[in-house]
Amino acid sequence: MRFLLQRIAFYLFTAWAAITLNFFIPRMIPGDPVQSLISRNQGRISADAIQSLRVLFGLDKNQSLWTQYVDYWKQLFHGDLGLSFTFFPTPVSTVIGDSLPWTVGLVGITTVVSFFLGTALGVGAGWRRGSWIDALLPATTFLSSIPYFWLGLVAIALFAGPGSVFPSSGGYEPGLVPAFDQYFIPSAIQHSILPAATILVSSMSGWLLSMRNMMVTVASEDYITVAHAKGLSERRVALSYAARNALLPNVSGFALSLGFIVGGTLLVEIVFSYPGLGFQLFQAVGAKDYPLLQGIFLIITISVLVANLLADVAYLLLDPRTRKSG
Amino acid sequence: MSEPVLQIRKLRVDYGLGDEAVHAVRDVDLTLHRGEVLGLAGESGSGKSTLAYGLTRLLPPPGVISGGQVIYHPLDGPPVDVLALTPARLRQFRWAETSIVFQGAMNSLNPVHRISTQLLDVIKAHEPRSTATGRRARARELLRLVGITADRLDSYPHQLSGGMRQRVMIAMALALEPQVVIMDEPTTALDVVMQRQILGQLAELRQRLGFAVLFITHDLSLLVEFSDRIAIMYGGRIVEEAPAAELYRRALHPYTGGLLHSFPALRGPRRELAGIPGSPPDLRAMPSGCAFHPRCPKAFGPCDKDLPPLGPPGADHPGRAVACWLHPAAEPVPR
Amino acid sequence: MTISPSTIEQVIPGQGAMAQPSAAPGRAKRRRFRFMANAKAATGLAILASYGLFAIIGPWVAPYDPDARSNDVLQAPSARHWFGTTHLGQDIFSQILVGTRSVVVVGLIAGVLATTLSILIGVTSGYLGGMADEAGSALSNVFLVIPALPLIIIVTSIVEQASDTLVALIIGCTSWAWGARVLRAQTLSLRRRDYVEAARATGERTWRIILFEILPNLTAIIASGFVGTVIFAVMSEITLAFIGISSVSSWNWGTILFWAQGQQALAQGAWWWFVPAGLAIALLGTALALINFGIDEFVSPRLRSGGRTRIRTADGRTARMRVGFTPVLAPAAAVPQARTEEAGDE
Repeated sequence: MRFLLQRIAFYLFTAWAAITLNFFIPRMIPGDPVQSLISRNQGRISADAIQSLRVLFGLDKNQSLWTQYVDYWKQLFHGDLGLSFTFFPTPVSTVIGDSLPWTVGLVGITTVVSFFLGTALGVGAGWRRGSWIDALLPATTFLSSIPYFWLGLVAIALFAGPGSVFPSSGGYEPGLVPAFDQYFIPSAIQHSILPAATILVSSMSGWLLSMRNMMVTVASEDYITVAHAKGLSERRVALSYAARNALLPNVSGFALSLGFIVGGTLLVEIVFSYPGLGFQLFQAVGAKDYPLLQGIFLIITISVLVANLLADVAYLLLDPRTRKSG
Repeated sequence: MSEPVLQIRKLRVDYGLGDEAVHAVRDVDLTLHRGEVLGLAGESGSGKSTLAYGLTRLLPPPGVISGGQVIYHPLDGPPVDVLALTPARLRQFRWAETSIVFQGAMNSLNPVHRISTQLLDVIKAHEPRSTATGRRARARELLRLVGITADRLDSYPHQLSGGMRQRVMIAMALALEPQVVIMDEPTTALDVVMQRQILGQLAELRQRLGFAVLFITHDLSLLVEFSDRIAIMYGGRIVEEAPAAELYRRALHPYTGGLLHSFPALRGPRRELAGIPGSPPDLRAMPSGCAFHPRCPKAFGPCDKDLPPLGPPGADHPGRAVACWLHPAAEPVPR
Repeated sequence: MTISPSTIEQVIPGQGAMAQPSAAPGRAKRRRFRFMANAKAATGLAILASYGLFAIIGPWVAPYDPDARSNDVLQAPSARHWFGTTHLGQDIFSQILVGTRSVVVVGLIAGVLATTLSILIGVTSGYLGGMADEAGSALSNVFLVIPALPLIIIVTSIVEQASDTLVALIIGCTSWAWGARVLRAQTLSLRRRDYVEAARATGERTWRIILFEILPNLTAIIASGFVGTVIFAVMSEITLAFIGISSVSSWNWGTILFWAQGQQALAQGAWWWFVPAGLAIALLGTALALINFGIDEFVSPRLRSGGRTRIRTADGRTARMRVGFTPVLAPAAAVPQARTEEAGDE
């Protein structure tokens, strides 16, 4: 339990650090890009919205930094992230709320699936050295060196296009209304196959390799020799003794590299114009939509923190040593 | 002397293949009799652990067995060559006939499973027809045997002390009532008090259950006390073999003498301590002749040329064998 | 863009009770050559060297000015234009060649910066312990958990038209955390080693111990951390250029992809527009990954997959060398009646 509380405290601290970072970044940049955006949209923005942007981006130079900081937090607690310029005059929180489910569905699920698939293959490769999976290793190295977005481009060129069942862009058939019905769900799944496969192909090999190496390392532990000496079945030694222990560092590695992975996978959305956070981020960059940019960064960070916490809970369940006795 | 339970014949174990192979165990002949404690001593690198892991075929790559036989005599039925068993047969043979207590008590238990799981899975693997309640009762009984209360059954290894873990390992080794228990430095990682306690317990259990023990250690004084016979290994070969008391009273091989003098005696008159000068031989480049000759204070003529065979040193030393030119075998064994 | 970091940390050498007799410490020199002899590392280094060469000579040997327009619009690869041309008739081969420098420079600057930061923070917090350690690991954990790429995108997008150097600095400042974490763990274990304890007991100064006792033993980890950061930096830079944040006036492979994507190269069937840049990235990434495998295997020989794993056994079949079942070789000089004893095997 203490372990979990420590982790929660750490993630709260990290969330605080990320938000503070988010507070300072626009204030450290010379010039006021947001000010010019406001003036360009003069007359179209309500006074409230202007005020909220001023608080978010520190346009009130006469206020002390501390007051600005306090105001910033107050505003965040109200869920006010400012107005999006790309989707004027939709609030940033609404834009994010619309795209978050897409990202969680695509990036979230594929990341977890790729972890499990890669780990399972890694168990095989590490346990039976010199098997066909070992022959696969150089190919996976190459695949994992390709940027996700480029692999997405290739996937579109090869598999999408006129007459193909795989659509090259979007999250669902244009004209459909997002709802959980028999028209929308199949369309959404059809649209997610290609981006999901792209993420899967390039992110799986990392897990494969690290699990293989952990299996090799664990295989020379004494308790594996004991398990063999006990005459247990090959399957039991491999899974219950070797893989079960090799999994632990892989899970903590998974938690730690979530930040890396999510960053990379978001780009796949760009290539496929998938209506998730990554694509919004891309559009926000193009339109210099700073409020949206900052909001997305905040949400991504918090999502990664939550995912990390879940991975920690998994680790807690897997490793009895982190559980305090009594 | 009682009948043999495990006969090792001309066992050779290498690390690596072909020209790169390092011969760690060379033509070892050794017999373990039913119910006896046979001590196997030598410096680190003498090949004693390699021998133990080799005869059970547990050596990790690049270890290979390059020749010889390991004949096991079950209580009923014809003898078996362990080295010729198929993997499935070997799996059945393991633990049911010979179990092992390993060096590191700390790392021998799987850290993520409860003690009960690890005790029960071995029973289940070998006796698939046993019932869950029956197995659990057996596990409880086994822990009681080594003096651990049954409420520890569902502990994780990290919740136990080092001594307790090693006792759990001993309990596990006895789970299937094997004829042979191999112990590889079972007490080295423990403090002296714990060491005594565990060895005392072990002696008692052996009397009760009648298994034979192959006890491997570098601590010769321990062996003198606990074993019936002692074999001394040097450079991958057995250099001397004798009943424990006789070996202690009069070592024939100069290396045995050196070993005896490097440990303080636990009982009996005090004697002067002296180490053995030099260091164990490099297995990649073994000296010619007797491997011990570069360090031997008594080396003479034939020592650096011919390998002394292991054989009985003469009529006045019954039941002994030594490989030393100081005590040439009474009748050289023709090979 | 997966960085598979988990391998380095866990494979700390010298573990496992039944480790084989390892090479004597006095063979450091020969071992260094053995690292070069590692096929993976050698391949990686060779590829890397050719990239380095193109980074230097690229702009001079490029057949065309990468910006120069021509009438050969959107041409497939030919003898005149090896990698084809863009919608403005620019030569893609020249763009790739010229772009190599920016990629290599950014990778190097970011790699050096991040490695330096990771050594400073990781080794000091691991060695000093106490408050310094608490602060150091908290800082690196925070940076590790915050998604780096979005952070880099935010920072870079706020700066108008970021230059290569600035991009490299931003990447370097945000990607040191993994290295610091690994180094801290390893320093902690080194600190407890006898020779370091001895140095401390004899009153050697802290900076001398760190510099002469600790750092030399971290070389492999530092090197692999550096390689990892370079991979990440190159990927990030290309990503930034691809989504059009960093300067589009200077060439790198990401810029090429940016234009290719922007001009719907895919829809026009102009595969040559994005394939060479992607392959260049992938090849560079593979080379760096190979070097890292080389380092990993060098540090922990167990991971090596090569060598003979299949051998003939006593019963004439071939068997795989594997843990738990030591193979029995065909007995060359063994007693022939050995086999008769198996009769009891039923």
